[in-house]
Amino acid sequence: MTTALTTRKKDYDAIVVGAGPAGAGAALLMARAGMRVLLLERGEYPGAKNVSGAAFYGSSILHEVIPNFWEEAPVERILTKRTLAFMSPESSLSVDFQTKSFAAPPYNGFTIMRPRFDRWFAGKAVEAGATLVSSTVVDDLLYDGANRDRVVGVKTRRDDGDVTADLVIACDGVNSFLAKKAGMQKTFTSHEISLGVKEVIGLDQTVLEDRFRLTGDEGAVAEYVGDITAEVHGGGFLYTNKDSLAIGVICQLSSLAEHKQRPYELLERFKAHPSVAPLVRGGKPREYSAHLVPEAGLHMMPKLFRDGMMVAGDAAAFCFATGLYIEGINYAMQSGFAAAEAAILAHQAKDFSSASLARYEDRLDARHVLPDFKNFKSAPGYVNSERMANLYPALITRGAEQLFRVDGHGKKKIMAIARQTLKDNDVSTLNLIKDLYAGGKAFGW
Amino acid sequence: MVKTTHEEKMRTARFKPDVKPHIVVDGQKCGECSLKSCVYVCPANLFVPLADGSILFNYEQCFECGACYVACNEEGAISWSYPAGGFGVTFREA
Repeated sequence: MTTALTTRKKDYDAIVVGAGPAGAGAALLMARAGMRVLLLERGEYPGAKNVSGAAFYGSSILHEVIPNFWEEAPVERILTKRTLAFMSPESSLSVDFQTKSFAAPPYNGFTIMRPRFDRWFAGKAVEAGATLVSSTVVDDLLYDGANRDRVVGVKTRRDDGDVTADLVIACDGVNSFLAKKAGMQKTFTSHEISLGVKEVIGLDQTVLEDRFRLTGDEGAVAEYVGDITAEVHGGGFLYTNKDSLAIGVICQLSSLAEHKQRPYELLERFKAHPSVAPLVRGGKPREYSAHLVPEAGLHMMPKLFRDGMMVAGDAAAFCFATGLYIEGINYAMQSGFAAAEAAILAHQAKDFSSASLARYEDRLDARHVLPDFKNFKSAPGYVNSERMANLYPALITRGAEQLFRVDGHGKKKIMAIARQTLKDNDVSTLNLIKDLYAGGKAFGW
Repeated sequence: MVKTTHEEKMRTARFKPDVKPHIVVDGQKCGECSLKSCVYVCPANLFVPLADGSILFNYEQCFECGACYVACNEEGAISWSYPAGGFGVTFREA
């Protein structure tokens, strides 16, 4: 590559690879600022390759950019109800939270279907002036300089497919081959990554609303921890769409392989659980899907910028998977917006060096992305630990069973039940204290 | 109960296979692998272990998730890229 590429007028000011929430968000803001933006998507349309639960939390983030977006965006239900359930093979103990305050604009979150929502969102970038080209895979980057110092474009898998730009923003998803090719991301290990498999199950709308006790457009999300995925580290989820349920399991890859379990069989096991089966009963399976989840948070974050390039969304591991919270779309969007803000400043200053793009980190701080990941950096490891993933949820349900069982043997007080349950399951006081402290550190303070 | 077999699940997904496989498996390395993690982690059940220790695989019904190559413990046994643009899986309700 010659220096001619640097001095020659580039095809675009910025190329965004991947039209998910990070990429479309970045393209939208840059196009609004008058930049010439190319948004590339490998699917037939934006969202065609994307899978989430899908709960989109933090709608105020998008509301700031597209006021009242819910009036036009394809959203399924307004999330007002959240459940956390602890499971053993035959029991469950759940905590329900429900509030009307999440039912008022700008809302707290929605269920969405990614192939519909992402397509709509990318359309907003196009309306703002970005050029969207779908069905296009990017295989590599174009570099300038003797040591491939600076990224100056992309190589697409099309005839004459090289496209140049001052800046490339890689929003190419969890596998991010571009971040790896650019030397910004290491090879993943299988304990950093989880696999989500899910089914969308159609259900009559009235039946669904009655079954989940929902009013109007309101919807519910439920997360399940414990013995959903047998001894495999992972959890389950069940979200309500307009006239369907999204039900799935998320399993740590290393743990699946270690226990020789198949993800789709674990999904069936979850669907058959006595507390879950009545919720999906009579439904019609509509679509099965699978996707990887970057779960290790800060521990797997790539280098976020280099000369001529930034990384955002799942590609940058901006997925907040900590058991209590499973959020990705909001962080992806925030990181896309942050990258765009840095890009706009770089464009104005005509400086795309890594020193200039370092503003991306400032913007990620200002948008609370990096601080959240730093604050909760020990949470992913904590919830994926052996005792948290399986033992404690089992203890909680066994304790509850003893608490509520009436068998004529006399009632025990709660501490006696707790002590006996811990003893029966060989949990040492020391481990319990250690885990309580670690949990407090991960989530409490 | 809405029990679905794996075959029934796969029938609900839409695939447009690329002519060129986007997964290439080095059979020799698989022969030396005792774990065969790909067999278990693949959500589409595309990797089938054979009696001689090698792996039979199919790329046409791939969700393009990447679980196989991430889980694979034999360096470079699974070469994995994306199918050409517009090919492969297309989700509608995911």
